[in-house]
Amino acid sequence: MFIFKNANEGNISFIRKLLFFHWPLAILILATGAFGILMLYSVAGGSMLPWAEPQLIRFIVGFGAMIIIGFIHIDFWRSLTIPAYIGSILLLIAVMFYGEGAGAQRWIDLKVIRLQPSEIMKVTLIMALALYYSLVPINRKSSPLWLIPPLALIFLPTFLVFSQPDLGTSLLILISGFAVMFLAGVNIWYFIVGAFAGAGLVSAVFLSRNTSWQFLTDYQMGRIDVYLNPSLDPLGAGYHITQSKIALGSGGLSGRGFMQGTQSQLDFLPEKHTDFIFTTLAEEFGYFGSLGLLIIYALMVIFCLLSAAKNQYKFGALLTSGLAVMFFLYFFINMAMVMGLAPVVGVPLPLISWGGSAMLVLLGSFGLIQSAHVHQPKG
Amino acid sequence: MRKLFSEQNVEKVRKSVSRRIILLGLGKMTLIGILAWRMRKLQIEDSEKYRLQAEENRINMRLIPPERGLILDTRGKELAVNIGNYKLVITREETSNPKETLVKLSKLIDLDDKEIEKILSNISKISPFVPITIAEHLSWESFSKVVLNLPALPGISPEMGLTRYYKKPTSIAHVVGYVGPVSKKDLEKFDNPDPVLQIPKFQIGKTGVERELEETLRGKASLSKVEVNATGRIIRETERISGFSGATLQLTLDNELQEYAYQRLSGLCASSVLMEVNSGKIMSLSSVPTFDPNQFVLGISQKYWDSLLNNKLRPLSNKAISGAYPPASTLKMAVALSALETGILSKNDTFECPGHFDLGDQRFHCWKKKGGHGKMDLKQAIAQSCDVYFWEVARKVGIERIGNTAKNLGLGTKFDLPLSSITQGLMPTKSWKKKKFDQPWRVGDTLNAAVGQGFTLASPLQLAVMTSRIASGKAIEPQLIKSIDGINKIQKEFADLNYNKSSLEIIRKGMFSSVNNAKGTAYKSRIMDEETTMAGKTGTSQVRRISMIERETGVLKNEDLPWEKRDHAIFVAYAPFKNPKYAVSIIIEHGGSGAQAAAPIGRDILLNAFYYNRKSIS
Repeated sequence: MFIFKNANEGNISFIRKLLFFHWPLAILILATGAFGILMLYSVAGGSMLPWAEPQLIRFIVGFGAMIIIGFIHIDFWRSLTIPAYIGSILLLIAVMFYGEGAGAQRWIDLKVIRLQPSEIMKVTLIMALALYYSLVPINRKSSPLWLIPPLALIFLPTFLVFSQPDLGTSLLILISGFAVMFLAGVNIWYFIVGAFAGAGLVSAVFLSRNTSWQFLTDYQMGRIDVYLNPSLDPLGAGYHITQSKIALGSGGLSGRGFMQGTQSQLDFLPEKHTDFIFTTLAEEFGYFGSLGLLIIYALMVIFCLLSAAKNQYKFGALLTSGLAVMFFLYFFINMAMVMGLAPVVGVPLPLISWGGSAMLVLLGSFGLIQSAHVHQPKG
Repeated sequence: MRKLFSEQNVEKVRKSVSRRIILLGLGKMTLIGILAWRMRKLQIEDSEKYRLQAEENRINMRLIPPERGLILDTRGKELAVNIGNYKLVITREETSNPKETLVKLSKLIDLDDKEIEKILSNISKISPFVPITIAEHLSWESFSKVVLNLPALPGISPEMGLTRYYKKPTSIAHVVGYVGPVSKKDLEKFDNPDPVLQIPKFQIGKTGVERELEETLRGKASLSKVEVNATGRIIRETERISGFSGATLQLTLDNELQEYAYQRLSGLCASSVLMEVNSGKIMSLSSVPTFDPNQFVLGISQKYWDSLLNNKLRPLSNKAISGAYPPASTLKMAVALSALETGILSKNDTFECPGHFDLGDQRFHCWKKKGGHGKMDLKQAIAQSCDVYFWEVARKVGIERIGNTAKNLGLGTKFDLPLSSITQGLMPTKSWKKKKFDQPWRVGDTLNAAVGQGFTLASPLQLAVMTSRIASGKAIEPQLIKSIDGINKIQKEFADLNYNKSSLEIIRKGMFSSVNNAKGTAYKSRIMDEETTMAGKTGTSQVRRISMIERETGVLKNEDLPWEKRDHAIFVAYAPFKNPKYAVSIIIEHGGSGAQAAAPIGRDILLNAFYYNRKSIS
């Protein structure tokens, strides 16, 4: 897109950085964020509190941080990769002992801010894998020996997060990691075989049910049952999905109108400020709104992928595309869940759901993407 | 670090990465497409379905019970009304200390510690804005005491519902019936039960007019649609569909006459019916002993219920319509009429009564044992109730003809009245006996039937109808409803029975003789007033077999027998003779002689009707 000569020789001037900044992406991020504030206002019943206002502050801070991160040279971030990865692992271990959270130990309360290490882990893993594959000789990247380190890098955090227990996030980490490996060019056969192995594993999990080998907890098994048939438990676990579909569907083509969503306003929709905020959006703005948001997200992903494709710096390219996959997984799983296409796994809608940890990490990731984009080699 | 970068083969790297990126990009776009498709399905194709469910979520229906229709007597006097049910409810969210409020309340009304505990435990289990009934059917005094003190009783609200009340409970209990809290059994009777029946303790008619005309009396509930949120809290009312209160029912009964009959019969186990001869309207219908219907309205106490069930005299049964007794001599008119109409008998025919009648080697004894009645014509036979005369007639006429005439006069028929358990009685026929006992009909059966014994059964209502039909010559049908919601029921025109005037004449004269001739069985009960002379027929219905031994040693008198073995006392009559207005029938269970026990009461009921009407006209 921006072809200037030898941009990474020495320091690029500040003005140049401004020009190289991916403004379309930034604008879309801003739009999404604004949308999010609007929705939080609505689900609070027409009030900036208790969600819209804090979220707005966080967004402004995060957006500012994104710009700053974007302006800092990508190699600086690259140099932080290894300490960052190790740091996240340590935090994950720490959360097992000091952590708190509903039913699962996911957060560390630092008084000033609540940290969710698993969020940070996603980013640092992608960074680590990007670094690894930017160093590995091309002809070696598919050989089994060279596969061990990345797999280890992936499975370690996956396992730690899984035992929190947080099935959803651990799968996200797993998939993001594999995506980077795929992008790096690892032989495609590995993935095909891996897919079959994965299917086999899933069947084994299901078959292990009700035996002493049972792999998932009853709660998780129940979640899957209800996913496959929500009417099994319409007032319990199936309630979320049934209500979500009702609210969503009743939005129709143009929605009920801002603040007019009866299901959300009357409290029929649980978790309406977090996991199910998309439902409220769909209910109030109809198909126009929901499709609109989907298109915005899709554009953001496309922008990132295009930037990565053009980026000749391997680390930058892998980092950008890997983070784009992570971003995609966020909104895809959330929307699928809300529409009954996936089991309820508690994944927030990026930049819109209430929650500071996820949003800040996400804006930070966009910062990294901007940094990779701005500082890509020209020519 | 930078040198690492420059060592890479830039082009190859770029190509491999971009290929994968494109692949991944396409994959993601496909998935996004699936999302968009699913969105479309939910929001556009299935939008209606979800809109509907969204509505169902948020709209609740509340029923407001309708006011039940009043029941009045023929003069508009209130028999069954609705009175206020004063209730107190408590709502948790309106008080910070429900226990304190309840303790304060217990000083004003009857509320013990156990009840307070129960209420406190109930309100802690439900949503804070749902009210719980503390007490209902409070007296006005208690209710007003509490209302005055409301400011000191946070959380308490007064409410008023309606409950049924019977003003003259015992005399009308059997006709009006009663309501009670709806039960599962009640609901099973309906295919599509009205949702209002699901209101707990909804009062539904259980017996009598209250039950038979339940739909008319109930009205229709108002429906209020309210918007609720997920915890069930009402946000606002969105729609109200008005119902209507039940229709006011006016009966043909005259409460004054009903009261009189009830008093006149008190102490006995009996029933009576008083009808208007020409219109068929029932002026009074009484059965004693009776009960208090107000006890049933809120749900009857086990003790009271047991006492009613265990009472040998069956107070819950409406004997006037459900009681089936052998009509005894009151059937003789039907026998006579059937013989006259077929020409087998003419009004001047005579028979000799020696006190007994032989059929083969069976001897039937006339009630006048010593020497019998002697030579009798029809008029005398009716007046003196000679059995032998009628046995002679019956043998010639046969049961089938007798049965037909009896049916034409209303016996063996079930009438269409809004009352429960109306008996059809029984007029036996040859085929009936064959079917029931698998035995052929015998002449002896005919003889028994001729004097209203054997298999024949009739209720006081049927006897009253029969009397009306004889008096008027028309096929009178009994009526109980005068008007519904002020609109009078159209008076039915009754068809002529098409009996010969002369046949009916002689029978009527026989009945007149029975009361006013010195030899008539009911002479002692005659009415002196020329204007209201009565014509009637006594009956003494045997309930036991009289053995041969007893015949020889002397048949026991009723007074010497235990109550259950005594004969039923029966009397039917109409008055005035010249221009019949009223017909009455009365059966006293085990009352003994019809002439001695039943006739005086029948006369009094008739007299009272005249007296009361004369009074009200002037």
